[in-house]
Amino acid sequence: MPWRCQGKQGWTMMFNNLIKLPQLIISVFLLVLIAVAWLLQMDMATLFNESLVKLVMNGVLVMSLIPMLNAGVGLNFGLPVGIIGGLLGMCLAVNFRMTGFYGFCMALLFSLAICAALGFIYGLILNRVKGREEIAGTFIGFSFIPFMNFFWTLVPFQNREMLYPIGGQGLRPKISLENYFNHILDNFCVIRLGDLEIPAGLLAFFALLGLFLYWYFHTKVGRAIIATGENEAFSKLSGINISRTRLTAVIISTVIAGVGICVYTQSYGFIQLYDEPLSMAFPAISAILIGGSTGKRAFVFEAVLGTYLLQSIYLLTVPVANQLLIPELTEILRSFITYGIILYALLVRETRRDCR
Amino acid sequence: MKAKAPLNCYFNHERIVPAVFLVLSFLAWQISGLTGSFVLNQVITRFIRDGLLVLALIIPVVAGMGLNFSITVGAMAIQTSLLLVIAYNIEGVPGILLVMVIGIFLSVLLGYVLGRILNRVKGKEMITTIIIGFFVNSIYQLIFLVGFGTVIPVFNQEIILTRGIGVRNTVDLGMYRNTIDKLWLFSIGEIQIPLFMILIVLLFAGGIYYILHTRFGRQVQAVGSAAETCAVLGIDTDRVRIKVMILSTVLAALGQFIYLQNIGMFDVYTAHLNTGIISCAALLAGGASIKSAKVRQALLGIFLFHTLFIVSPQAGQHLFRNAALGEYFRSFVAYGTIALALIVNVGNENRPIQRK
Repeated sequence: MPWRCQGKQGWTMMFNNLIKLPQLIISVFLLVLIAVAWLLQMDMATLFNESLVKLVMNGVLVMSLIPMLNAGVGLNFGLPVGIIGGLLGMCLAVNFRMTGFYGFCMALLFSLAICAALGFIYGLILNRVKGREEIAGTFIGFSFIPFMNFFWTLVPFQNREMLYPIGGQGLRPKISLENYFNHILDNFCVIRLGDLEIPAGLLAFFALLGLFLYWYFHTKVGRAIIATGENEAFSKLSGINISRTRLTAVIISTVIAGVGICVYTQSYGFIQLYDEPLSMAFPAISAILIGGSTGKRAFVFEAVLGTYLLQSIYLLTVPVANQLLIPELTEILRSFITYGIILYALLVRETRRDCR
Repeated sequence: MKAKAPLNCYFNHERIVPAVFLVLSFLAWQISGLTGSFVLNQVITRFIRDGLLVLALIIPVVAGMGLNFSITVGAMAIQTSLLLVIAYNIEGVPGILLVMVIGIFLSVLLGYVLGRILNRVKGKEMITTIIIGFFVNSIYQLIFLVGFGTVIPVFNQEIILTRGIGVRNTVDLGMYRNTIDKLWLFSIGEIQIPLFMILIVLLFAGGIYYILHTRFGRQVQAVGSAAETCAVLGIDTDRVRIKVMILSTVLAALGQFIYLQNIGMFDVYTAHLNTGIISCAALLAGGASIKSAKVRQALLGIFLFHTLFIVSPQAGQHLFRNAALGEYFRSFVAYGTIALALIVNVGNENRPIQRK
């Protein structure tokens, strides 16, 4: 009985419920938005250029979810942990006045080290709360943010451009990267074809990361991670150290999240501190779910597809909502789609588990 | 062996957490330099405002569904009915009664839907309730920011933004303010005691205590302790869980009504946002866990948690000359309490399994 349930029926259920419906609705919605944008005579070339930048800007954060999903740790609602590591790395680079490519690479290096350490602790905690990682991760992320607010306020950084103009103590909520590494990847090797601007350097960076993840899950360690996610009891019998494998996956996820926020920030132009990372996990999670991930296993392709769909919708809702004279509509629609998708995925995934 | 270990840790937990909160809030009070009577007055007010919201959490915990973060949904139900009644200019006592009737009707309906949803995600209730809270919030915003004035006709122009669409950020509840708050108001020295409202909160506390000791309450406890035994005993688990969610949502709606009429002003888009987190943290501060909660823990928790909440900004001001640090401290305490409770509880739950 369990075979039949998991085999054919499980697959058809997955296709009927999970892959098709949300993707279909989102794609149709996107097409409608494109049609509206076209009717409103907006500059389609500019929108396309922007959509490519947005894809990479948010895509790395979405990719960071993959290792944890594959290890069976679940959706990483504790994404703020990695994000804060990355922010700290960038703050260090800015504090030492490292500019240009050198600055960006050093920021990546700093965040790599910090995120590895944070990921290690985070992973140890998540191993303790096995089976409830998602809710625990949410609150670990939530509580880490006010904790770091203390740090941002009291940290003795010296660079005046980062501190509050009055008083000279505490970091600003928004630190401009104008003199450091603003748009460093965005403007690297841009190919111009008529109106189209393709940020080749940015896309290459993204592709490199995607290839790394693809390669990683074909190595021995990567395969062990996937095996752990698929069937823990069986993996244990085959001699895989479950706790260590999960820990590795969490560390990699956290490190990539740190890289992700660096990429995001160089596109955005400002380091956003304090409560800003609070709600960053949810759009990333819904992106990977829209891409077709089951919430149990994820592929690089799904992350890319999901991010592109979701970010294009985000991008297009802004001018359309402004045209309708209700600017708040953008934010409302965003959160509606984001949380709706996550809720849907939670429901379908848990129902599917009952079947086993 | 298995039964002994959780009992032991639960025994410790019940005493240590309130003790820590007591020490923390005493220290923070000493540092803040606020007078005892001011703090006590504030705590009594908060006790009335938040009492029912915290009490609404108890029954879902007993039913084994964990912390019900979706009490925000109940809060939004009563806010919806309040805005509807104000929009149609119904004042005075009939207005209040109508708000109650519509609010309770809505929250019964929403509670039923919540129960149905949570029955599909057994074991992942908490993360689902958080996402539901966010999702319903976006629908709520959609209705009041976009729907009011476009689809729904409004007769009270005072609450509508100047552009004619959407409700203002704050709505005055002048017509309902201080209707029941000032009943039986006693003063002992500088301390004011609104006896009527305290009695109402205690009445509900008694009611929940009574419900937990009726036949229904026994069923709830059975559902919470072991679902398998329930099937043997012939208890319909799903039905009980739906009833629990309806009860919790209705209580939350009534609690939010008390909260709003006590404040007298109504932040349409933000009043409900933190109710879930703050109430859950208050319940845990009283020594409850995600597995067990008692009425007295809820009442104790409100006192302890809100004392800390009131004094910490001033304490931050005095200790670091920066009130913002106190704000960070209290959000850290709110999120951190929940995170810690989850880590400790789930960790203890997992331990016997891992030893095997």
